[in-house]
Amino acid sequence: MRAALKPGQGPLDYARRPWIIALFAAVLVFLYAPIASLIAFSFNVDKSGVWHGFTFLNYVKAWHNDQVFYALINSITIALISTFFSTIFGAMTALTLWRFRFPMKHVYENFVALPIVVPEICMGISLSMFFSYTGMMSAVRDWIWPLNLINIIFAHIAFSFPFVAVVVRSRLVGFNRQLEEASKDLGASELQTFINVLVPFMMPALVAGALLAFTLSLDDFVITLFSSGPGSVTFPVKIYGMVKRGVDMQINAASTVLIVITLAATLLAMKMLGPGKPAH
Amino acid sequence: MSEPIISIRNVTKEFSGGVKAVDNVSIDIEQNEFFALLGPSGCGKTTLLRMISGLETPTSGQIFIGGEDMAFTPPNLRPTNMVFQSYAVFPHMTVEQNVAYGLKVTGVAPDEIKRRVAEALEMVKLSHLAARKPDQMSGGQRQRVALARALVKRPKVLLLDEPLSALDAKLRDDMRLELTRLQETVGITFIIVTHDQDEALSMASRIAVMNKGGVAQIATPADLYEQPKTKFVADFIGKVNLLDAAILRQNTKTISCNTKVLGKFDIDTDKTCGSEATIAIRPEKLKLTVKKPIGAKLVCKPAIIKDVAYYGDTSHVIADVDGVMLEVNVQNDSRTGGAGVERGQKIFVSFNPHDALVLTE
Amino acid sequence: MDDWKDFRRVFWTLASPGTVWMLVFFIIPMAFLFVLSFSSKAVVDGETSTTAYNYFSTLGNYVAAGGENYLILLWRAIWTSALATAICLALAYPLAMAVCFAPARWRPLLLLLLILPFWINLLIRTYALYSIFRSTGVVNQTLGVLGLGPFEMLNNTTAVVMGLVYVYLPFMVLPLYSTIEKLDRSFLEASLDLGATQATTFLRVTWPLTLPGIITGIILVFIPCLGTFLTSDILGGPNNWNIGNAIQNQFLEANNWPFGAALSFILVYATSIALLLQWLVARRSKGVDA
Repeated sequence: MRAALKPGQGPLDYARRPWIIALFAAVLVFLYAPIASLIAFSFNVDKSGVWHGFTFLNYVKAWHNDQVFYALINSITIALISTFFSTIFGAMTALTLWRFRFPMKHVYENFVALPIVVPEICMGISLSMFFSYTGMMSAVRDWIWPLNLINIIFAHIAFSFPFVAVVVRSRLVGFNRQLEEASKDLGASELQTFINVLVPFMMPALVAGALLAFTLSLDDFVITLFSSGPGSVTFPVKIYGMVKRGVDMQINAASTVLIVITLAATLLAMKMLGPGKPAH
Repeated sequence: MSEPIISIRNVTKEFSGGVKAVDNVSIDIEQNEFFALLGPSGCGKTTLLRMISGLETPTSGQIFIGGEDMAFTPPNLRPTNMVFQSYAVFPHMTVEQNVAYGLKVTGVAPDEIKRRVAEALEMVKLSHLAARKPDQMSGGQRQRVALARALVKRPKVLLLDEPLSALDAKLRDDMRLELTRLQETVGITFIIVTHDQDEALSMASRIAVMNKGGVAQIATPADLYEQPKTKFVADFIGKVNLLDAAILRQNTKTISCNTKVLGKFDIDTDKTCGSEATIAIRPEKLKLTVKKPIGAKLVCKPAIIKDVAYYGDTSHVIADVDGVMLEVNVQNDSRTGGAGVERGQKIFVSFNPHDALVLTE
Repeated sequence: MDDWKDFRRVFWTLASPGTVWMLVFFIIPMAFLFVLSFSSKAVVDGETSTTAYNYFSTLGNYVAAGGENYLILLWRAIWTSALATAICLALAYPLAMAVCFAPARWRPLLLLLLILPFWINLLIRTYALYSIFRSTGVVNQTLGVLGLGPFEMLNNTTAVVMGLVYVYLPFMVLPLYSTIEKLDRSFLEASLDLGATQATTFLRVTWPLTLPGIITGIILVFIPCLGTFLTSDILGGPNNWNIGNAIQNQFLEANNWPFGAALSFILVYATSIALLLQWLVARRSKGVDA
């Protein structure tokens, strides 16, 4: 029996194969159902897996739970500060690798990519020991907020800037250096050329890289757990503690808030990257 | 004539959004033809070729290949093979593996594969490069691999999608001859898609000119050039001066017409015209003379030379006749330098009405 | 590209922040951890000190880590990661194909749907899985209505593998998407045109030409799975610990830092081996760059 094609359908129209559509749908359910249920149950009156009625009480409780509230504030503060520096450091590293020929370049390339591949937990404990041995762990404890978060911020910059560098560098590869020459030919200085030609060209990658750094920072649990001293708890660390004690709808409420914040930031950044252009 | 090898019947291809890439096309292609689908980009010629190969399917209609309706048969079960515009030579295989691929995946015996691959490589003169990988080859060589890879399957029809477009000018001429030679040697029907009229005219035995998803005319190269049916075809194949004309009188075999620029004259035609038509005159059918030419039937008008473009063997002259620009081709057959006319010169443009055409569509 | 010597000031300005940061907050701490993995706790005044160590004094930590208890953890980490990676690949490949071969205007949306969860906090996603699959979670409640269960769906290896797939699937989709997207369709068309079936085309053309993306995807999923800590902790429970949990335990509970350091470096070695394998395979394959 000959396999026949449907009218108007080519042999490569995989997106219209029923089994692929079914798989796609199933995966989407798998990906989103847990999150949807988490959000839905943040409005449930009790913590059972059964719907017992709608309430905002969990949100009110989470809002008034100082520990959750300040953990969230800490997380966002850390993410903002570390994103700022990661983006700058990452862009500078990318520019170095893109623009210059230098001895042992290949080694250096791998060197700055190390935090991407080394398991988080190893990096976490090494930083933990580093901070306690140098006394930074205890020193910052009594510093004024947000300086008491400085160790975490340092750690976050260390693991996020290599990601930014990768994103920015892959964009720079497509840069036509004749544009630079044209700019200089028209009388612009090196710095003016950099600001007026190169930076606008890098912008989509800077936005994408910053978004990545922000998410990585907000997301990080393992490294933060080890590099945070007592008293400087971040949101994931706090949630982890609560999860360990059992299910509580305050977790759902606070998580929902964080999901909304990250997704809003993501979609906003994607919009800045231009219509229909995913962040990668 | 025997039964056509390919018979396209009322084929329509509609893309999502309601755009009809191919609109109710019917074409018969005979055994052993070198057939060209010619048209501007977006005219549906490539889509039609892809529907013959099975890489796309029509929304409606039938495509008979060797007498069997294969409109919805997957490409791997069709007796057609394609030479892709990008060649699509597999980068992870050697030349030999590329050519053997189509035989291997259809379970041809290893001995036979070896023999046929050697033959095919011989035919395209690539035997010495059998072990090469495609990234070590030039564009022209890769195209030969693509050709050998398709021909080794001994298809009933070989489909070529813009085969010369990616080659540089010199190589293109060589390949044009090569393709004609190959087609005669292997005796397979070739269908070529091209946007280049020179390519189609010089290689094909018959040409279908396509426009906006439909077939404008199917004819031999000479007929297309000398007897275009529509303004589109006249304009697309070669250069042409198109003049609006009012029809004064319709006789059985001639009409009398009046053009604003060149005045009144009679033209031979079988067509029945309404009150208006278009008169088409090829640039090489127009003559330039310093003195008013003598000849009862010649139509003649004074003109001023606006521009002369020198092309070596010919010069393309723009002549201004009462504000209308006519293009005239002049053979540079003396060595005294070009067309012998210069910008601003006053001159006479003349032609024989026998050489003009009446177009109604 | 310019030679660094011609622009020394620019070069050093651009290169310094990243380099310094890497040295101070990555290389020095990791080097210290490395040293510690060969050290033992010092005995001061007849008591085991909590802060002083005899550096480079012993291989004992590695010997202890080679003990059966810990080898099992490493082995479990390897095979659960391998399984999760394989499932991710099996799911992500057809999905990435579907996205790439969908009409152009749908592509960004479909891709976004597949990778959006990546932007949501890992812990939250793991917790979300935990809460629907726990014994009183939505899934069991629903089954209960049908008169089934409740089933214990957590605290087993299946739950850990499912969690890893859930969390890391987007990491597999992205490199596959970008490779398949760049793959010239006419290769697949040529294969079909030459008589190959869809299956043959996939095995002989699509797969080899997208191998670089496949390898990148495997690495992107396998390596974080290997060092996973949260997923195995929350979904797997103490009986399904991976090596990552053991490391955490040595540092936060058992307080045996040299031993934890040795376990960490075993994990680093395993990761390096995985990367080395990737490099070897990638070097041999010729296809579309990811």
